[in-house]
Amino acid sequence: MKLEDEVVRRQRERARITAWLLGAFVVLLFFITIAKTGINW
Amino acid sequence: MPAVELTQPAALPADWRDILALTKPRVMYLVVFTGLCGMLAAPAMPPAVLGFTAILCIALGAGACGALNQWYEADLDAKMRRTAKRPLPAGRMDRQVALHFGVGLSFFSVLLMGLATNWLAAALLAASILFYVLIYTVWLKPRTAQNIVIGGAAGAFPPLIGWVAATGHIAPLPLLLFAIIFLWTPPHFWALSLFVRSDYAAAGIPMLPVVAGIPSTRRQIFLYSLPMAAAAVAPWVLGLAGPVYGASAAILSFVFVVLAARVLANRATDPAQMAPEKKLFAYSVFWLFALFAVLVADRWLAA
Repeated sequence: MKLEDEVVRRQRERARITAWLLGAFVVLLFFITIAKTGINW
Repeated sequence: MPAVELTQPAALPADWRDILALTKPRVMYLVVFTGLCGMLAAPAMPPAVLGFTAILCIALGAGACGALNQWYEADLDAKMRRTAKRPLPAGRMDRQVALHFGVGLSFFSVLLMGLATNWLAAALLAASILFYVLIYTVWLKPRTAQNIVIGGAAGAFPPLIGWVAATGHIAPLPLLLFAIIFLWTPPHFWALSLFVRSDYAAAGIPMLPVVAGIPSTRRQIFLYSLPMAAAAVAPWVLGLAGPVYGASAAILSFVFVVLAARVLANRATDPAQMAPEKKLFAYSVFWLFALFAVLVADRWLAA
């Protein structure tokens, strides 16, 4: 594999993982807010 | 853009597996487990999502400690067989990445803990990170053979943080849990350091077997196992845990002291002949897991 390809592969992989983590964080924050405000579903 | 041959692997963006390895995931299990037990032993349970977030923050804080430790000790890690393949000494990652990752993760974990649970738990988490990085890694570890004794306090914080995250205040039982891990750390680490002594000597880290010698370390292991056993049964003696815990703690600690006595009796200096030390090290991990699990079970049975 060319070095350039490896750089792109790693950047994409990291970007994908970062996106998933950010998404999970947003969901977690939502549920934390619900729990802190004491809203019962 | 033409492909450029790079002379150093670190010129590549770090692989996510290497970033994950910075957090020392294997060390994290024990931290998460003791933090979770501290929370589960508390008289009040927070909503599940807040409890989960508190444990997540403890794990992230431990990961931040691991990253900052590896950032600071990259040169030392390169000299030890056990650690030479880590991302920084192996040249797979830029040192600045580790620093930024560790600092960022520290702030993130403390802030999230404060927002999700309470600021006393966040302050304790911040204190544990600062203690581990500044007091243990930077100050004590390269200077004194007592590094593990005092530095062990950093690893003793998780059950206290878990309890405070659940209740909002400090109580005698989580302080005893702190004391148990604090007194457990020296015999646990010294047992390991006996059979990887040459690694520490090569890196110039003044671990007890390197500075004081093997017989002295064996004596210290045995001596520390006694107050550790006393601390382990203390929650029962003080009426903070029931007889199930008391009996289990007594049996588990008795076996620990017996194994420590076997280490004391061993005269071998060759790591290949240090079976008692290896056995004690493995048992010490089991001892902590079992003790905390029994404590939670006992508290739940009483409730």
